[in-house]
Amino acid sequence: MRENVTSDILRKGLRILGVAVRAEPRLFTAAVISSGLYAAMTVGSAWVLGRVTQDVVLPAFRDGHTTAGVLALGSVAIVGVAALKALGIAGRRLYAGMMQYNLQATYRRAVTRQYLRLPLAWHHHHPTGQLLSNANADVEAAWAPIAPLPMATGVVLMLLIAAIEILATDVMVAIVGFLVFPAVAGLNVVYQRRLAPIAARAQQLRADVSEVAHESFDGALVVKTLGREASETERFAGVAGELRDANVAVGRVRGLFDPVLEALPNLGVLAVLLVGSIRMRSGAMSAGDLVHIAYLFTLLAFPIRALGWVLAEVPRSVVGWDRVRGVLDAAGSLPYGETTLDGGGAAHLEVRDVRFAYTGDDVLHDVAFTAEPGRTIAVVGPTGSGKSTLTNLLVRLVDPASGDVLFDGVDVRDVERGGLARTTAVVPQQTYLFDDTVRGNVTLGLDVPDEDVWEALRLAQADGFVSALDGGLSTRVGERGATLSGGQRQRLALARALVRRPRLLVLDDATSSVDPQVEARILNGLRDSEATVVVVAYRKATIEMADEVVYIEHGRVAGQGPHEQLLDGSEGYRNLVTAYERDENEEAVA
Amino acid sequence: MTAIDSGQTSGLATLRRGLRLTPEFRRGISGTLLLALVATVGRIVVPVAVQQTLDRGLRPHGGPDIGFIRTAVLVCGAAVIVTAVAAYRMNVRLYRTSESGLAALRVRAFRHVHDLSMLTQSAERRGGLVSRVTTDVDQISQFMQYGGLMIIVAGGQLVMASALMVIYSWPLALLVWAVFAPLAFALRFFQRWLSKAYGAARERVGDMLSAVSESVVGAPVIRAYGAEERTARRIGESVDAYRDAQTHAQRLVALTYPSTELASAIATAAVVVAGTELGIGGHLTTGRLVAFLFLVTLFVSPLQVATEVLNDAQNAIAGWRRVLGVLDATPDVADPGPEGLELPRGAIEVRFDEVSFAYPGGPTVLHGVSADIAPGSRVAVVGETGSGKTTFAKLLTRLMDPSSGRVLIDGVPLTEIRFSSLRERIVMVPQDGFLFDAGLADNIRYGRPAATDEDIVLALTELGLADWLQGLPEGLRTPVGQRGESLSAGERQLVALARAYLADPDLLVLDEATSAVDPATEVRLQRALEGITRGRTAISIAHRLSTAEAAGEVLVFDHGRIVQRGPHAALVEEPGRYAELYASWAAQLDR
Repeated sequence: MRENVTSDILRKGLRILGVAVRAEPRLFTAAVISSGLYAAMTVGSAWVLGRVTQDVVLPAFRDGHTTAGVLALGSVAIVGVAALKALGIAGRRLYAGMMQYNLQATYRRAVTRQYLRLPLAWHHHHPTGQLLSNANADVEAAWAPIAPLPMATGVVLMLLIAAIEILATDVMVAIVGFLVFPAVAGLNVVYQRRLAPIAARAQQLRADVSEVAHESFDGALVVKTLGREASETERFAGVAGELRDANVAVGRVRGLFDPVLEALPNLGVLAVLLVGSIRMRSGAMSAGDLVHIAYLFTLLAFPIRALGWVLAEVPRSVVGWDRVRGVLDAAGSLPYGETTLDGGGAAHLEVRDVRFAYTGDDVLHDVAFTAEPGRTIAVVGPTGSGKSTLTNLLVRLVDPASGDVLFDGVDVRDVERGGLARTTAVVPQQTYLFDDTVRGNVTLGLDVPDEDVWEALRLAQADGFVSALDGGLSTRVGERGATLSGGQRQRLALARALVRRPRLLVLDDATSSVDPQVEARILNGLRDSEATVVVVAYRKATIEMADEVVYIEHGRVAGQGPHEQLLDGSEGYRNLVTAYERDENEEAVA
Repeated sequence: MTAIDSGQTSGLATLRRGLRLTPEFRRGISGTLLLALVATVGRIVVPVAVQQTLDRGLRPHGGPDIGFIRTAVLVCGAAVIVTAVAAYRMNVRLYRTSESGLAALRVRAFRHVHDLSMLTQSAERRGGLVSRVTTDVDQISQFMQYGGLMIIVAGGQLVMASALMVIYSWPLALLVWAVFAPLAFALRFFQRWLSKAYGAARERVGDMLSAVSESVVGAPVIRAYGAEERTARRIGESVDAYRDAQTHAQRLVALTYPSTELASAIATAAVVVAGTELGIGGHLTTGRLVAFLFLVTLFVSPLQVATEVLNDAQNAIAGWRRVLGVLDATPDVADPGPEGLELPRGAIEVRFDEVSFAYPGGPTVLHGVSADIAPGSRVAVVGETGSGKTTFAKLLTRLMDPSSGRVLIDGVPLTEIRFSSLRERIVMVPQDGFLFDAGLADNIRYGRPAATDEDIVLALTELGLADWLQGLPEGLRTPVGQRGESLSAGERQLVALARAYLADPDLLVLDEATSAVDPATEVRLQRALEGITRGRTAISIAHRLSTAEAAGEVLVFDHGRIVQRGPHAALVEEPGRYAELYASWAAQLDR
């Protein structure tokens, strides 16, 4: 069973390598040729040293003289072979590295392109952390065996040449070699197999340690205010201790195998000395041969381990590759239609019996309403009633399970790619800013003059603080807008929507972090815009500005109509909207 | 405020301080070093065996002396095995001590981060603090396991090889050193280039990760605004920049790494030429000359890994410096510890005595504020954004200490109260309800770990949240997601409130704790709180003035001063800041 699993992994690993070779055939060829040069020259350098011993050193010692020419020839041979070997090493490292980096880059692009293409529904089912690691760690793991691969191919060649050479020198010595090197290679495979799972566990635990630290420091204020420092430290010490144990386990394996792998070739050399001396007695070998083979054993000891490195990376590579493929093969897309939205002015919006579920129970049940062009519709409802989901449907971030959303009478699913993005704008509850300039965040690549950007900022009541920034429109706002306050970020997000002069504007509680006075000014500014507006709100002032209210409770439309009418007709609505006043009145009575 | 230092103490000083702060590292060090000595002796066994075989085993006349060679090989073989065993023991000891030490260091630094004041914590980037207990320590660990080990083994190897060279022939030894010395010197430069190139690659990887995260975290905005192409381009650029930086670094590696091969070949050739001349003069035996050829190979691997090891060492020292930087930062809001006072249970009285506060390097935000809050009273704190009301709350809960003046709790200065007692008695609910990635029950239980599920349900019921709980698909087991993001902002606040309530404090401070909750729920909560905080002191900082109306007393903040105080009914009648605030609040309600 285990054997099956292993050979299965090896087969898969080979397939992945095949993909790599097909993707970068030229770099691969260059790396393998360099590696071959390195291999040949490694074996060659031992041969040269043997020859030099036999033909230069020994005669000189025996005869008591030598010539400059002979010495020069020997030196040139030694340095020349080494120069070629160095060239081989350089080429191998460079080309193998470039191949690996290119593959990583190609697949990072492919994976993120897929993220951009796949529908949001797909995103909802995949945790953020997982997607980030698919694009980073998994791509890296998938191509990890690429770097040592050319060296390993070189080593195979090296062993072949060495085997022939030793056989040609002496059969008895060759037997020693055939005992020692397969043992080194085999032991190394065992080593890497033993090491891989523990190393992977240590890696996982490093991620766990980081996760606990991240969460704990993010929640530092809660930890402090509830005085939970000691228990947090205990929690952290738990994972840190596990990581320590895993690292020690890694150390125990490495600590055992490294010295053994080091000792084996040394014992081989000693055996060569003994066996070789015996063979010399019968005249089958010369002293030069003895030095040659002993030196060759010394040189081969290290490179042979490259075979183990590649094999060690294979299981990790297979797992990484499977995850990457999972993303690349993910079915599901948001198909676009052909219809263009040509009309100008405010849009006509109709929502017909829309139903929606993330997983399991429906979040929205048969929601229906119509927004006439230029009207403002307020969507009101208690915390968690499905309002945000509804806004996502309006701008087609997700499609309903059943029912339709019609924009100017056109089913939004029939609209061409990019058609809705050009005509509608949504400002979500959670503001997202890019690590870019203020201008970049407002335009998002839309080609508009700075005057328009300023105009949008003015409407969003953001011109004041933006002009106070050192770099004005060119100020970078930092990762996720870290340098700005919540209210400032919301106003930038609003400007981003307004600069497009959308025909349909959807605001999902988009001014919750803005002071009431500022909000009032923003809403007043919106009155003049040529847009149909759908606004999710709690504040009564906002609601009263709307022409009509859609009141949602538990995912159903529980009331619809002008504010005053709903106040009379819907008890839930009345309770929600007038909560503060009632509270006040009751206090007064009490 | 204490800033976390990552300054430029020298590498050696860092090492010394690090060793002093982590006694675990020193345990059994002499035994380990002894083993290391034995382990490196083995490195020169092969050259010695070659020399002995050639010089004494292969007699010029009468053929090889097999008996001698057999003895030599057996003795050397035994030495190789002893060496391997010593190396194994040394490795295991090294791993065990270094990892125990690092784990202890990690945990110590983690605790210390939590002990630092809120201001120190927020002055640092979150990621920066995290890396001090994760990657920085990992870097030291990696160095200890690879580079550190390599320095011991390879360094020993160089020393042993050199010693043997000198014994065999000092002129040849000098010659070999003369060839390698310039390379060792050049490696310093190589290392500097490489470390710069690696540094650049690391920076690019950060850029790339943040660009990639846009395609995931920013997916809704990208979709809604049709910014796919633009985002793909931005990601593409950062992916390519990273690849180019990697390739650049690799080019340097490819250039510098094989230089050792060349140097070793030059040394070998030099040994052959000079050794042959020496041999002709009768100053050197064949065996010694050949042994030199083997000894030269012992120089290659230490020098080949030298640049990498130096890099690792540099990173490790930098990492260690950053970790020590955390441990060296003294918490500026310090726990008086066991000497501190314990507060008896019961409603809390608060007194602000001429309290002023300025953020480090910033203007004064509170100016000599004095106030008395009677035990069991219900106080609302109102004012515009930036009027100092949140600062007031932070000083009250000792998240910060005043620049001047004193805060007294039941007549005792806040700074003299033991943290364990303080955090038990006084609990603040901040605006942003941070939740841990666990179930709902575990998050609420965070306020009182011993609480049972029944206690939690009871608490939620008392807060009037039983309906909400029932509406959740998995009830108390509902996972809240990272940072609680599976719940809405309003729901997170509900959980945070329940968490604080369950902790059962005597003084509850709410800092805009219900700002994202819908009005009906907020009003319901307010009423519930009124009931359940009877007998405790409660201070709410509020945007919505409905809170002020319900409070027994209102403190009105304006530009860092308390400008008015009294019950709502009285304040609303007199002209002043409160009347203005109330007017604009009322206008919002009813227009």
